Amino acid sequence: MATHVLIVDDEPSIAMSLEFIMKKQGYETDVVDDGAKALQRIEETRPDVVLLDVMLPSHDGFEVCRRIREREEWDELKVLMITAKGREEDVKKGLAMGADGYVTKPFAIKDVVARVEQLLT
Amino acid sequence: MLQGGLILAASFVYLGLLFAVAYYGDRRADAGRSIISNPYFYALSLAVYCTAWTFYGSVGRAASTGLDFLTIYLGPTILAPLWWLIVRKMIRVSKRQRITSIADFIASRYGKSAVLGGAVTIVAVAGIVPYIALQLKAISTSFTVASTYPDTAALTNAGGAAVPLLADTALYVALLLALFTVLFGARHLDASERHEGMVAAVAFESLVKLVAFLAVGLFVTFGLYQGFGDLFSRAAERADLRALMTLEPSASVFGEWAWLSFLSMLAILFLPRQFQVAVVENVNEQHLKKGIWLFPLYLILINIFVLPIALAGMMYFPDGTVEADMFVLALPLESEQPLLAVLVFIGGLSAATAMVIVATTALATMVCNDLVMPVLLRTKALRLQERTQLTGLLLGIRRSSIVVVLLLSFIYFRMVEGHYTLVSIGLISFAAVAQFAPAILGGLYWKRGTHAGALWGLLAGFLVWAYTLPAPSFAEAGLLPHSFVEEGPWGWAFLHPHALFGLDGWSPVAHGLFWSLLVNVGLYVGLSFKTQPTAVEHSQARAFVDALPVSSRATVWRGQASVTELRQLLSRFLGHRAATQGLKRFANAQGIDTTQPTWEDHLPANARLMHHAEKLLTGAIGSASAHVVVGSVVNAEPLNLEEVMDILDETQQMIAHSRELERKKRELEQATQRLQAANAKLQELDRLKDDFISTVTHELRTPLTSIRAFSEIMYDNPDLSAEQRQEFLEVIIKEEERLTRLINQVLDLQKLEAEPMTVKVEPVSLRTIIDEAVQAMSQQMEAAGVTCTVEVPDEEPGTVEGDRDRLKQVLLNLLSNAFKFCDDTDGRIVVTLRSRAEDVQIDVADNGPGIDLDEQDSIFERFQQARSKARAGSSGSGLGLTIAQRIILEHNGDIWVESTPGEGATFSFTVPRTHATDPTGDGAPATPDPTASDSSPATSPIT
Repeated sequence: MATHVLIVDDEPSIAMSLEFIMKKQGYETDVVDDGAKALQRIEETRPDVVLLDVMLPSHDGFEVCRRIREREEWDELKVLMITAKGREEDVKKGLAMGADGYVTKPFAIKDVVARVEQLLT
Repeated sequence: MLQGGLILAASFVYLGLLFAVAYYGDRRADAGRSIISNPYFYALSLAVYCTAWTFYGSVGRAASTGLDFLTIYLGPTILAPLWWLIVRKMIRVSKRQRITSIADFIASRYGKSAVLGGAVTIVAVAGIVPYIALQLKAISTSFTVASTYPDTAALTNAGGAAVPLLADTALYVALLLALFTVLFGARHLDASERHEGMVAAVAFESLVKLVAFLAVGLFVTFGLYQGFGDLFSRAAERADLRALMTLEPSASVFGEWAWLSFLSMLAILFLPRQFQVAVVENVNEQHLKKGIWLFPLYLILINIFVLPIALAGMMYFPDGTVEADMFVLALPLESEQPLLAVLVFIGGLSAATAMVIVATTALATMVCNDLVMPVLLRTKALRLQERTQLTGLLLGIRRSSIVVVLLLSFIYFRMVEGHYTLVSIGLISFAAVAQFAPAILGGLYWKRGTHAGALWGLLAGFLVWAYTLPAPSFAEAGLLPHSFVEEGPWGWAFLHPHALFGLDGWSPVAHGLFWSLLVNVGLYVGLSFKTQPTAVEHSQARAFVDALPVSSRATVWRGQASVTELRQLLSRFLGHRAATQGLKRFANAQGIDTTQPTWEDHLPANARLMHHAEKLLTGAIGSASAHVVVGSVVNAEPLNLEEVMDILDETQQMIAHSRELERKKRELEQATQRLQAANAKLQELDRLKDDFISTVTHELRTPLTSIRAFSEIMYDNPDLSAEQRQEFLEVIIKEEERLTRLINQVLDLQKLEAEPMTVKVEPVSLRTIIDEAVQAMSQQMEAAGVTCTVEVPDEEPGTVEGDRDRLKQVLLNLLSNAFKFCDDTDGRIVVTLRSRAEDVQIDVADNGPGIDLDEQDSIFERFQQARSKARAGSSGSGLGLTIAQRIILEHNGDIWVESTPGEGATFSFTVPRTHATDPTGDGAPATPDPTASDSSPATSPIT
């Protein structure tokens, strides 16, 4: 079964680029644009990886991450935070909330790809 | 007999010498090396108390009434120990309040009353003029005696009314003394009214008269007789002389002694000349300590030979051919001792001139400062208040006063002389100045004493004095009906001036003193209880009564200050030199070698140094201020209430200064608060700036991320389909546009904030602006199928004053905002212009999703946008509304939003018809708090 990646970003162009990249890697993709929808979609589709933007409408990325980690049955779910560069506190916060890794915006495609692969092995 | 010329020559030589002493004293004082800053000079200057009355009159009194001449010296001697309390307090108060005369002292105590000062001056002049007359009489009589003796015929005529005015020696004596007094006491003006040269001369004169009197005493006792034993035993052979040497122990004698001693106690304190030398001219209150025992010693020395001379005189001139007052001079003349006679004459002259110079100077100061100047200053026609230089005028008044006082004395002398002995005239003067006692002593020790009590007590006491003492002497001189002294006025015995209300059997002086003081004290106390002191009186009462601190403040300093700080402080108030000298004195007292260049480093920064600094400063700025000032550099405890009250009370001027100080302190506190507020605001701005930068970088990062991502995708995937490539390039272009827009708006905002007041004010038609803005957007809106309607009343230009370009920017921002959020399928925008008398309102309404109530408040803040609801592909920078708000606020208008979620939003703004400049005028951007405006729900703009 193909790896399923959920992309959570409210910027359509960024979501679009991530989707293209993930598809190119042969992953199944799904895109939502806010935190509440993200949680709902996880419940429905049980993705393997979530690419999670921090600045989101409704629940922000941290909140989504925290809620994911509250659910024992989602233990296997890998969370990769996409944060702004230069905001080290965001990185720390994300990791404290249980994120498995992070990439900073603007990102290089190979970094995102490498990070996702690393989480899946 | 001596040659008149010789006597004159001797007199002039002596007066020349005196003037040299005074001149030297003044020069030394100017050079800052005072010669009178010496307790012996001070004690000797106090002996100005001993006048010609002492020199000649004591013998006269002894010859007629025996030992009671001593009462005049007994009083001061008994009182002397108390000077440390009373006189020191007077000195302390006078220095602090810059008091220059006894009139000033009393006036100052009772609320700086000009009326009271004038009253005291009048009483003093009336009381002292006879006393000065007495000196004139002494000089002229002694001159006559010395130059004519033993021509008894001339003697009986001496100074008599028969002598024509212009032939009267006393007239020339008066004029000469006036000249001398002007030279000594009114040569120049001094703010402190201190006359060091005069004091030096007076001290010198005290020495001369003592030496002269002792010389004649020794000559009589040991030259004419073989010592005291021989003299007294020979005198005892005569019954009339034996009576002089003994005291009849009777109630009336003791009563008389008590009254006269009491009178002289008051006189030594309150005679204007004593006040002058003891208080005004005092250099250092520690000198009083020596004066307390040296002055009584002086009195004893000058009185030792009074009785022997009197007895010898009685035996030498048994027939009364020589007035007893002139025994001192007649005895050496009779014994053909011309040198001794000249010495005696000079001694008498020195006693008289010292008194005349000091008393006249003191009186002239009072007449000028407390009588003439207040009247002149109130006489508006003279416009004295506007003159900056009054020195010449003051000096003129001062000198005229001296001449007038001496001429008055001369007139008095001509009127009543011959009817009274020296002593009687002196006692009348004593009784006059005794009228100051209630006001001064009460003023120094009783805070309740009021102006009304002091004034009416003084005036009533003075009237009773005039009625009981000088009036009878006028009657006896024939100036009033003689019956006045024999039967009382109109024959009313109960008003007899020497037996008021039947109080008979007392000497006139004791009688007059009793009644005048009774009335004076009665009114003083009574009225003081009846009247309320004013605020000034109250504070002055405190300043006077509490002048002597109960304990030294040396221990108050618990804190520490650095020597450098104290040093700077002293230099600031005293000048560099005086500060160094002051510190050096302290260092020397501490045993520090001040020849070393680093001596200041060895000064201990302890409480004693602080106390010393405080004392140094007290001379310059008063003790309370000094305490405060020193306190300012000491890390000491805050002032307590008592100390604050002390400061407030010290003088009215000090109060003014304190108020000034207080005001400055408040200003300082306010400035500090403003500074703190400004600082807080700066910090807030700093934080906002950080937030802003953080947000801007985030907003920049989003399009950058997209551009980068798609560029990389296209680079990595050359096999992309043409459509996909086209799609991705479109994204890149859009994102780049977004980036450009954002940067432009950041720059716009930056510019708005950097140059907030650069609104160009010109008449602008908002109608035209709407048309232009809609025109600019039309293509874009048409492409998206959005319709835009403009509703403007016919012919209404909607003219306001403002900046055309900026107002257009506002409209563009609102239009693009509306475009961004209006309905996806059937977008409609309505722009409405409403014209009112005072302003023009423009509404831009869209039919989009609307804005939640909680978002409405913050919609104008930077980067606040309902982003998820924006029309796809039309993301804004989040700065448009912020910029619009800034511009509108700069135009003193309002901007706000009304929206019901789901039914679109309406952004409205108003621009006043006329552009008022910022009413606060502080140069700050015109950003009235929009929360204060009920028409604008927007929150405070970020500045």
